[in-house]
Amino acid sequence: MTRSKQVLILAVLAGTMAAGAGAGATAVTGAGATFPYPMYSKWFDTYHKIHPDIEINYQSIGSGGGIRQITEGTVDFGASDGPMNDTLIKAFKDKRGCNILHFPTVMGGVVPTYNVPGVREEIEFTPQTLAGIFLGTITMWNDPAIRKANPGTTLPASDIVVMHRSDGSGTTYIWTDYLSKVSKQWKDKVGVGTSVKWPVGLGGKGNEGVSGLVRQTPNSIGYVELIYAVQTKLPYGCVQNAAGKFIKADLKSVTAAAAGAATTMPDDFRVSITNAPGDDAYPIASFTWLLVPDQIEDSAKRQAIVDFLKWMLGDGQKMTGALEYAPLPKEVVEKELQAIEKIRG
Amino acid sequence: MFRLMRRRMTSAVMFAMTGICTVVVIGALFFILGYLFWKGGRYVNWDFFTKLPAPVGEAGGGMANAIIGSAKLLLLATLIGMPIGFLGGVYLAEYGGKTFPFMVRYVTDLLNGVPSIVIGIFAYTVVVLKVRHFSAWAGGFALGIMMIPIALRSTEEFLRQVPNGLREAALALGAARWQMILTVVVPAALRGIVAGMMLDVARVAGETAPLLFTSFGNRFWSEGFDKPTASLPVMIFNYAIGPYEDWHRQAWAAGFVLLAMVFMFNVTARLLVSWRRH
Amino acid sequence: MIPGEMHSELGNPEPGAPLQARLSGLARLGDPLFYGLTLAAAASIMVVTGWLVYQLFAHSAQARHEFGWKFLISQDWDPVAGQFGALPFIFGTIVTSAVAILIAGPLGVGTAIFLAELAPRRLSSLLAFLVDLLAAVPSVIYGLLGIFLLVPLLSGTVVPAIQSVAGSLPIFSGKFYGVSVFSAGVVLVIMVVPFIVSISREVLLSVPVEQREASFALGSTHWETVWNVVLPNARRGIYASIFLTLARALGETMAVTMVIGNTPRISKSLFAPGYTISAVIANEFTEATDNLYLSALIELALVLFAITFVINGLARLAILATTQRHETHV
Repeated sequence: MTRSKQVLILAVLAGTMAAGAGAGATAVTGAGATFPYPMYSKWFDTYHKIHPDIEINYQSIGSGGGIRQITEGTVDFGASDGPMNDTLIKAFKDKRGCNILHFPTVMGGVVPTYNVPGVREEIEFTPQTLAGIFLGTITMWNDPAIRKANPGTTLPASDIVVMHRSDGSGTTYIWTDYLSKVSKQWKDKVGVGTSVKWPVGLGGKGNEGVSGLVRQTPNSIGYVELIYAVQTKLPYGCVQNAAGKFIKADLKSVTAAAAGAATTMPDDFRVSITNAPGDDAYPIASFTWLLVPDQIEDSAKRQAIVDFLKWMLGDGQKMTGALEYAPLPKEVVEKELQAIEKIRG
Repeated sequence: MFRLMRRRMTSAVMFAMTGICTVVVIGALFFILGYLFWKGGRYVNWDFFTKLPAPVGEAGGGMANAIIGSAKLLLLATLIGMPIGFLGGVYLAEYGGKTFPFMVRYVTDLLNGVPSIVIGIFAYTVVVLKVRHFSAWAGGFALGIMMIPIALRSTEEFLRQVPNGLREAALALGAARWQMILTVVVPAALRGIVAGMMLDVARVAGETAPLLFTSFGNRFWSEGFDKPTASLPVMIFNYAIGPYEDWHRQAWAAGFVLLAMVFMFNVTARLLVSWRRH
Repeated sequence: MIPGEMHSELGNPEPGAPLQARLSGLARLGDPLFYGLTLAAAASIMVVTGWLVYQLFAHSAQARHEFGWKFLISQDWDPVAGQFGALPFIFGTIVTSAVAILIAGPLGVGTAIFLAELAPRRLSSLLAFLVDLLAAVPSVIYGLLGIFLLVPLLSGTVVPAIQSVAGSLPIFSGKFYGVSVFSAGVVLVIMVVPFIVSISREVLLSVPVEQREASFALGSTHWETVWNVVLPNARRGIYASIFLTLARALGETMAVTMVIGNTPRISKSLFAPGYTISAVIANEFTEATDNLYLSALIELALVLFAITFVINGLARLAILATTQRHETHV
């Protein structure tokens, strides 16, 4: 091997070994939901600026991934757009020997986005029309049910092309949770899940997959996260809530959806707020949760996580609006601050 | 006379068709590279190479940790994949036999067909679960396994191209078997072998799925090889599926930088090979 | 050939023999060592792959016991109801890979021939170098390019053209939404062509120049030389590159899932959306928490392994059958 090659290799090796500040920092790892990723990454980066000795590394590998990794213990906390069901909670307890705690962090919404040539107005969807479209029982844009909800709009006599998520996701979970609540046919035929057997439609990968497909396909409809629609300026429609009002998703309406749940929040914070009561509530909204074990041996990590949670419930909540996430209701924050005490060593 | 003209015509026509193939492939190539440059190359700046990722909503920041991370992972992958692939290829080409080599080739092709995410899951089960944390070791292991098939098959094929006359001459001069292989046959096939290796590294450099559960990812620096490590493909993946225009730009820029890194590695390796000859 | 056999004639150097003789004695010690090293490397591949298959087998146990052979023929993929069937994915995997190889094979070999035979050496090296770079483009970016460039191109120009000419054929029928089995096949073509071009070109270039000159001396045209002399000589290497490519096509995930439509349905038309095994694993693995679900996904990986096994076997049989050379290795 030539001399210069040797030097080069040594230099690269030295460089890779050396590259790494943060000696002495507490490194905390978290994994899970993609839905709140922008908010979480902002929070963790900001927190690091305030506390340079704490590095919280969060990767969005999916809610299911988050649940699995926290159960295996390869990460210090998880994150999920759908709460863990009883089977999963039991599995965690069996594997790790302690309990898992759910901490709601923010709320977000899922909106119906569409591409109907010639229609400039916002389309209003009733629960029945949304369920019908995604079940495949309503096939044309000018179906009587859709027209009834949109009296002033001329809808074309075209086939509806349905787009859904192909990858398992919390967004799908929220969407199907809502449809299951408003349509018995959906509940029986399809059900709720991060991945379901879609009766009709094409699958796009990720929010950008679905929005890309919708953008390029005339007469199509899909569903995406609210912040995604806002950031990429997608047109999206209004959905009729349980009180009968047609609501367009935004911070206010998503916050209103949680208001009803705040007072009846269960101790473990596992609650669904789709189709929430209230005049101003947006019906397709949800909490997203951090999953934290109630026993963390490493005291530095434990302290870091506890401190972060407290910060998140205080200053962190003030940062949510800028990114189009809805902050938690006050009652929920109070309850969570109490629940943090459960985290022991 | 007619027959000759016809044969010449056939020759011209067939070569014209290969020319068309080339135009299609090269055309697609330039188009893709150009598009990548236009979408991403424009946004590559000094910050990209030196800063950590910036929080959402703040412009600037870079992917310095991902660049180093990818370099680390590729280094590990190469140290694992290349020797095994190379030596395995030498075995198949130089030490003959029928059944065992047949099986090895077959199995190698099968290994090559395993989806990258499944290799990632395998590395996760074998490395990450055992130590209960993500690390560059696990990522390098996954990528290394992916490198073996191409390294092995291309080494074998190019060694076989070397005429037996060279081998016999070396042995006749008194070389031991291994000397003959390493000092005569391999150098004769070196250009092809290196080409295969370059292709191998290139392919593995862009893989995302095997890294999701092994090296995981990191917003910060990671010392050594035992921590979760950022990498360009994972950053690209995260940013590309996000809602922010700024993220999309960075994703394309990262794609461009990745390509540039592979390019430079490629150039360096080929230059080194051609210098040997002089 | 047994290692060491060749050297028996050289005899053993006596002590006190000249340095060179003693060195060659030492050197010969290297032989079994080197042989062992290379054998170990080759064997380790068998070990790793065996280990991998074992893991796949073990972690898919729940699904295998639950569904048995029905798994392979059922078209029902319902995570909520816990029903899993592999047939649509098997179909999609085979069709996309077939499309990819049928197009990329001739395209790649044709390009390699041009670069090796006709193009001036410098240009050829430069272009080959750039083609190699294509292999480094991350799968995700190919997916994005697929959505933003390929899909509009196909819907706007290519597919209408095909359908206007051959639209009555079942495989070209149906409404085209941009994402389809065909689109996935085309993306795969672009992803695998660099391998075929690169390796085939190098292999063609290493065909000894004497062979070509002998052929020319006998009066062959350039093409005849290529077809009758160079290609047969390079055949092994080209087949190797196609095998590697086929494997890559079968296992490709990210790019495919972005343009295939991700619909687990079997259609007769190439222009309908579909789903492949790799794509569904990549899409659903991160979110699957239910044990049966996970094990069904792993079973899909096992099925893919079996498909690769069978296709590789068939391809090798085909090559052996069409080649008379007794020395051909596959």
